[in-house]
Amino acid sequence: MSVFSEETIARLDELISRYPTKKAALLPALWVAQDVGGGVLNPDAMEAVASHLELPPAEVQGVATFYTMYNKVPRGKFAIEICHNVPCMAFGAEELIAHCEHSLGISAGETTPDGHITLARVECLGACCNAPAVQIGSKYYENVSAEHIDALIVQIKSLPDNPDHTPQGLISETASF
Amino acid sequence: MQEQPQVLYKNRYVPGINTLEVYLQHGGYESFRKALTMTPDAIIDEVKASGLRGRGGAGFPTSVKWVAVPKNRDQEHFLIINADEGEPGTAKDRDLMNALPHLMIEGCLCSLMALNASKCYIYIRGEYIEPWKSVQKAINEARKAGFIGKNVLGSGLDFEIYTHLGAGAYECGEESALMSSLMGERGMPRMKPPYAPLPQVKGVWDKPSVVNNVETVSTLVPILAMGGAEYTKIGYGSPRSRGTKLFSISGHVNKPGIYEIVLGTPFNEVLEIAGGVKGKLKTYIPGGSSMGFAPPTPMDYPFDYEGIPQNTKTLGLGSGGLIVFNDTVPIVPLAARLTHFYHHESCGKCTPCREGLNWMAKIYDRILAGAGRESDVDLLWDICDNIRGKSFCPLGEGAIWPVMTSLTLFRDEYLQYIRTGTYTPPVAVTTAG
Ligand SMILES: Cc1cc2nc3c(=O)[nH]c(=O)nc-3n(C[C@H](O)[C@H](O)[C@H](O)COP(=O)(O)O)c2cc1C
Ligand code: SF4
Ligand code: FES
Repeated sequence: MSVFSEETIARLDELISRYPTKKAALLPALWVAQDVGGGVLNPDAMEAVASHLELPPAEVQGVATFYTMYNKVPRGKFAIEICHNVPCMAFGAEELIAHCEHSLGISAGETTPDGHITLARVECLGACCNAPAVQIGSKYYENVSAEHIDALIVQIKSLPDNPDHTPQGLISETASF
Repeated sequence: MQEQPQVLYKNRYVPGINTLEVYLQHGGYESFRKALTMTPDAIIDEVKASGLRGRGGAGFPTSVKWVAVPKNRDQEHFLIINADEGEPGTAKDRDLMNALPHLMIEGCLCSLMALNASKCYIYIRGEYIEPWKSVQKAINEARKAGFIGKNVLGSGLDFEIYTHLGAGAYECGEESALMSSLMGERGMPRMKPPYAPLPQVKGVWDKPSVVNNVETVSTLVPILAMGGAEYTKIGYGSPRSRGTKLFSISGHVNKPGIYEIVLGTPFNEVLEIAGGVKGKLKTYIPGGSSMGFAPPTPMDYPFDYEGIPQNTKTLGLGSGGLIVFNDTVPIVPLAARLTHFYHHESCGKCTPCREGLNWMAKIYDRILAGAGRESDVDLLWDICDNIRGKSFCPLGEGAIWPVMTSLTLFRDEYLQYIRTGTYTPPVAVTTAG
């Protein structure tokens, strides 16, 4: 039996219908699988994607590991991703990262012991004109100051779960927009 | 300052312009209606007359790319929109997709007409969830209004536009890697002509395919509205740089932002449009990090496809990501950060890029840790020299450019940084009174 619900299967089939080959639906299907996994791409979900797209599991794994946004290991419920590329660097991205490391008590790339927050460095987010830029889930925050990020951290800590990481969160049903 | 005609951004700040209703009130989809009455050749002729060059980075003439597509319609042709925007310093496609999604969709439809194609995939980088939703919403609206789907506006033609989300790989912006990624593979580049057929003949799923940037197809809308010949009248650069272009201006300027600027505008005016330099100009990157660092002079040259490489010895206009640095910024950490970026994003297919960037990143780390040697300056140059012209795709070339230009412009600063571990900004000369 598949790890996917009937609803998820229907979504995968809709995705497949967009392309001339089943394989082409692999990237979107992995997004769906990650969504269903609450933000993690589990081995059994990858396996289910492989079987649904009629691809060898090793091939699916090879593709999943190439792309950095598929989380093969669990991260915090919320990931605070701070851009450290040069335009943001010129506007204090390094200082902002150091500030977050201090207030969260972890280094960039780590997750708080309660599994709630991951702090990460990322490359250019395409928000360079409002540097420094931070992404949390699907949302962008721009011109971020230390005070601003402190307020965001307080807010995140008060939320039990990330609405982005529900089965219909980050990559919700496209037809419904 | 010369007035800057707003062609793409004409309605950028109209409230609600991202909705179909307001977009239609401002003449939306008129260019597409016009395109429906034209033959593909006639559309390509307008594009040729306009002199439009690709806005994604390479600046390749759009009409030249398009005429290579076979004319027959007995097999499917594909249009792929490159919305993978990842070149550090570039933020314009995100703005277009967030603010003017219907402009891009209309541009896609006009391009589909020109290419005799009916299917378009918009490949959007995985981080761009908000732009993706904006575009998908516009597609849904356009479908309801009959601009997308079967027998569009009674023309007997079918058009389908799909979004496709990437998953975090800069290299997927390279067009052959993007096509691999769209087909569900790792984002690795493919062999190019003369060793392989053109993508326009054999691209995705071995069918004729064209990859164009978000801004390129969006520009089709004003071009068809005013006519190609009229479009060339905008601009005062060289005959090979016509029209306007979006520039993401970031770094040390007083009003960073995304501006539509006429190609050929003098560089100092471009800076003025962004509120002028904050502090004293030290260096800048004209068009996204792969273009390299430019010297602070000259300032009055035409900022366009030819003017930039001729006057700055950088690779050129690129994606239009202008990053400005004042003299408080040390150069070595900037070049180090970019080297780490390219090393991280190297797809690993070819040795010069994979290994060379690994070495360079280590050398920069050692310099930043205070353990650099003066000979590292020449060593960095040598490694660049070994990557130059030998990388399988342009990522390797783009990676060495910021390093080589920084070494050429700031050799003394490198040596000082290595010797002392610090950077001392030049002392400001204050004039009394
Ligand atoms: C490493 C690399 C990354 C690139 N990233 C992008 C990108 O994010 N967006 C884009 O439009 N072009 C990008 N390009 C350029 C594309 O390969 C291609 O030239 C462009 O999409 C063609 O569209 P155009 O002719 O409309 O500019 C990149 C090129 C390279 C080598
Ligand atoms: S230059 Fe080579 S290793 Fe680097 S990204 Fe291109 S193909 Fe991959
Ligand atoms: S460099 Fe930070 S968003 Fe572009």
